[in-house]
Amino acid sequence: MLLDMAADAFGERVAVTCGDRSLTYERLRAAARSAAPQLASGGFAHAAFLDSNGLSAPVALFASAYAGVPYVPLNYRLTGGELEELLARVAPAWLVSQPGQLERLRLPAGIQCADAQQLLQPQGLAPEGAQPPDEAGAVAIQLFTSGTTSAPKAAVLRHDNVMSYILGTVEFGAAGEEEAALVSVPPYHIAGISAVLSSTYAARRIVMLPSFEPAEWLRLLAQERITHAFLVPTMLVRVMEHLAQHPGGPFPALRAIAYGGGKMPQAVIERALAAFPAVDFTNAYGLTETSATVCLLTPEDHRAAAGSADPKMRRRLASVGRPLPTVELQVRDAAGALLGAQQPGFVFVRGPQVSGEYRGVGSLLDAQGWFATQDRGWTDTEGYVFLEGRADDVIVRGGENISPGEVEEALLAHPAVADAVVVALPSEQWGEAVGAAVVLKPGAQAQVEALQQWVRERLRSSRVPERISFRSQLPYNEMGKVLRRIVRAEMASPP
Amino acid sequence: MRAIKPGLRLKSAVCSAEVMVIRAPAGEASVSCGGAEMLALGEVAPAGVSLDAAQAHGSLIGKRYVDAEERFELLCTKAGEGTLAINGAALLVKQAKALPSSD
Repeated sequence: MLLDMAADAFGERVAVTCGDRSLTYERLRAAARSAAPQLASGGFAHAAFLDSNGLSAPVALFASAYAGVPYVPLNYRLTGGELEELLARVAPAWLVSQPGQLERLRLPAGIQCADAQQLLQPQGLAPEGAQPPDEAGAVAIQLFTSGTTSAPKAAVLRHDNVMSYILGTVEFGAAGEEEAALVSVPPYHIAGISAVLSSTYAARRIVMLPSFEPAEWLRLLAQERITHAFLVPTMLVRVMEHLAQHPGGPFPALRAIAYGGGKMPQAVIERALAAFPAVDFTNAYGLTETSATVCLLTPEDHRAAAGSADPKMRRRLASVGRPLPTVELQVRDAAGALLGAQQPGFVFVRGPQVSGEYRGVGSLLDAQGWFATQDRGWTDTEGYVFLEGRADDVIVRGGENISPGEVEEALLAHPAVADAVVVALPSEQWGEAVGAAVVLKPGAQAQVEALQQWVRERLRSSRVPERISFRSQLPYNEMGKVLRRIVRAEMASPP
Repeated sequence: MRAIKPGLRLKSAVCSAEVMVIRAPAGEASVSCGGAEMLALGEVAPAGVSLDAAQAHGSLIGKRYVDAEERFELLCTKAGEGTLAINGAALLVKQAKALPSSD
């Protein structure tokens, strides 16, 4: 329906560009509709997609919707063995991919391949009026979570979840013809999917960058006259580092940068605001299970915080903002009791876009429809939400809950520290103890005792890391999330 | 009259307009376009219905239409010539709200 509306009203506009190839909304619709009948009639349980971002990703996404078959984009960075396991779980399935991805796989039974390039060529006339089955309650998208401790879970988003999000946050056709959004998040991530859906409904051209690299991102920014971009925090960090060494720009077309998908260091966003004074920055907080964004720190919030001398206002740059008008948010304690402002606890959200459902598990919403995000956080007196990390990452030292984010923030404020992660270490005395892995700035020096003293001066003594190890870099995944379990395992068993 | 609920899609019996229900109180309502009761997507228009010239102010794709109390909200998913109405009262275009692009 989203694509039909864009194609009816803006058919000749370019929908998506990748490299030197583009599709208009009309061509995108024709390709998606042309693929839908074979997908709908093949007895498939899922429509899988295995490739880097390209023109075929939106075709596969919309073909799945026309066919009424759940869309399952897979992480092409997984190993062959991991992918074979996931494919076995989604079979019988239609699989859009290309030879370079498939040659390393032994496909399980029930997988029928379609070539990503051929998908772009509509076969014959696009069937008119092929009405998808009663779509509102049907499964639209299934995304495998990263599965750090067990087999990946399959988060389920239904059409009404996704539509609620799009209709609640985007105005149809709101984009001017000159607007273009640069997408550098992968197609298997909720942000990569919501970028396609939001831009299609706004009728804003998408420019895809299949593999993020700061110099190429900046080159596309200028060449394609990009007006809007979404980045995960590490991508913005790399862009700012690149610009520090290779001054570029200006980028007169650029109007807005949204970021999300992880914690943004306050120093980085402050530098970015200073480097791009004319650009609107938006922080978006959301999860796969909530159909993307549930909270926004708006451009006005950024400017008010950055321009304020009041530390409380300035602190808002580290906030994820306030809930969308269509989303409710609560902070509760471990027993489930509602907490007031300034009291840290567990973040719960509710709204029509919130799915909270996993395949084979069912809905994890409580009886009143609330979803436990598993994020810890608190709100200030005006409802701005501050996150402190995942509930699983909390360190329980002698019965006291310690949020790694608080200790990390203190370490990052030290002039010699470039990056830091804080994890729980096993401790006979305390149950768990605080451990920190620290990356120093080039040429900088700091002793363990000095860093411990630094934290002691700022936080309670229980927060002082008992062990600090120095590293040349921290392990991150491709979405810029620091891999705490790796740091935890390495620090728990020192060489 | 028909039972309507969010997510329901309807088409005009007298023009090309289509809508999706975004918000509706529980219960039944008469949803019309151009003076004629709107149909489910698969339904065939009854013989003899035609566009009422007094209710031909058009419906625009992508616009949200609400009643005076904003109890009902319809999203126009296909443009048409007919005026959208609920229980006989013409609907009004709801003003767009501005949220910054977040993805």
